[in-house]
Amino acid sequence: MPPDLSAPDTLFVLLSTALVLLMTPALALFYGGLVRAKSILNTMMMSFAAVGVVGLLWALLGYSLAFAPGATAIGGFDFVGMRGITLALREGGTIPHLLFFAYQGTFAIITAALISGAIVERMRFSAYILFLGAWTLVVYSPVAHWVWGGGWMGQLGILDFAGGTVVHITAGTAALVAALMVGPRRDHGRQAFLPHNVPMMLTGAALLWFGWVGFNGGSALAVNGTAVQATVNTILAPMAAMAAWMALEFKRTGHVTAVGAGTALVVGLVAITPACGFVSPLGALAIGAIAAVPCHLVILYRVRTRLDDSLDVMGAHGTGGAVGAILTGVFTSSAWGGPAGLLEGSLAQVGLQTLGVVVAAAYTALMTWAILKGIGAVMPLRVDARDEAAGVDVAEHGEEGYTDGEGAILVLESATAPRAMPAMRPTTSAPVAQSA
Amino acid sequence: MKLVVAIIRPERLTAVLESLYRADVRGLTVSKVQGHGGETEHVETYRGTTVKMDLQQKVRLEIGVSEHFVQPTIDAIVAGARTGDVGDGKIFVLPVERIVRIRTGETDTSAVTPVAAD
Repeated sequence: MPPDLSAPDTLFVLLSTALVLLMTPALALFYGGLVRAKSILNTMMMSFAAVGVVGLLWALLGYSLAFAPGATAIGGFDFVGMRGITLALREGGTIPHLLFFAYQGTFAIITAALISGAIVERMRFSAYILFLGAWTLVVYSPVAHWVWGGGWMGQLGILDFAGGTVVHITAGTAALVAALMVGPRRDHGRQAFLPHNVPMMLTGAALLWFGWVGFNGGSALAVNGTAVQATVNTILAPMAAMAAWMALEFKRTGHVTAVGAGTALVVGLVAITPACGFVSPLGALAIGAIAAVPCHLVILYRVRTRLDDSLDVMGAHGTGGAVGAILTGVFTSSAWGGPAGLLEGSLAQVGLQTLGVVVAAAYTALMTWAILKGIGAVMPLRVDARDEAAGVDVAEHGEEGYTDGEGAILVLESATAPRAMPAMRPTTSAPVAQSA
Repeated sequence: MKLVVAIIRPERLTAVLESLYRADVRGLTVSKVQGHGGETEHVETYRGTTVKMDLQQKVRLEIGVSEHFVQPTIDAIVAGARTGDVGDGKIFVLPVERIVRIRTGETDTSAVTPVAAD
């Protein structure tokens, strides 16, 4: 261990890495509960698979493109294949470079997984896997470099403490483009797609909140006042968002829904992510409460359109991310570690934040479009209509989430003589006895 | 009076309900059932265990109708349930000896004539 390593900081980021890693399975539960029972495994796998695919690509190439010294637009190749990533301290930090690398990897994983909510129940799994990999290298790595890796956004002073722009605006924008390009589910607009397991969705939301403490608090990369501030703000903002959301729902329908509360919680977390290390706790409450309103309206409006952003990634993450990024410029406070914001009389930061939102969204939209065009040229982006109707779990994975095994005939792949299967019915042409 | 029993694909249920509604057929019972009707069974694998799923998820509709509603009911079910692939299901029309509406004690045809709830 290097002598100037800080043991508390290292322990803190180690724990935060575990917390953020937990967010992707939590997202799988959140998304899995919201889809129909016949699609739960595919939906959960879209998040789980990101851990494998994105995590691996990140280790071999993505981290270097984001964090190796390079141009202002993209990082270099110094860390390709994890070369030079050792237990030595990261330049300018107090924790091992290897730990920083792992911590950032968990961010890349969940960002890509977030997009899947827009294309559940119909996208071809192989096309999705290709998309995950390409998107991480072409979109996530450069944008992470712009903000945190020494790129132009960081140099301009655009604030993004833990990834409002890098994670949520990119994921939300990509979700919108992907939903448009993959197209709506065939029953969209004709049939209600109801969540098949709301308790599972709420469990996922709770675990996301828990993990988010490591996402935002851990982004301080040290045990210090900023870490405390970011953590407390991460606890406060969702509270305000949830209260505001419940009030909006109650006013509109007379009910407060569990799915709404779970969504609001995530919206509050998304909105505070860019701001948590720069704003006061009271500012965090305000950001959470304010962000609930546009997100609520976007989600209500989206359902009435042909846009099948199935699990409202654009509504929650895109909208929440953009609002949070701009509100960061409003509430950032020189007393709380940030530059002066609008409330302290400086309009400049709001302008910078807005620039960041627009450029990140435009770049993400263009690249996501190009990646899906490319994949679409090689293979269909969707499963065929028959498989979609029967459910993607069986078609794409050959498994079911909920099966009692009735009617399942064991297939024995042994070298012994073939055993007679119990004949459930005549094999061909013979008339089938239908009535008992 | 007839009892129309239809076995259909679960994913066609909404379409069937819609077309029954348009044919003015109200009052029906729906249950989830499993069965097989000649479609290719799919193979699933759980770790080392490979199985052929011989029973498919289906939905059974039971609709008690008066004589002149039999054909419209059948037509509506076929319109909603048909995909053209093996496994679309069957419709059985059974004679019914007697029908009683529990609430009023009405019998037979008047028992299957829909009334609007208050």
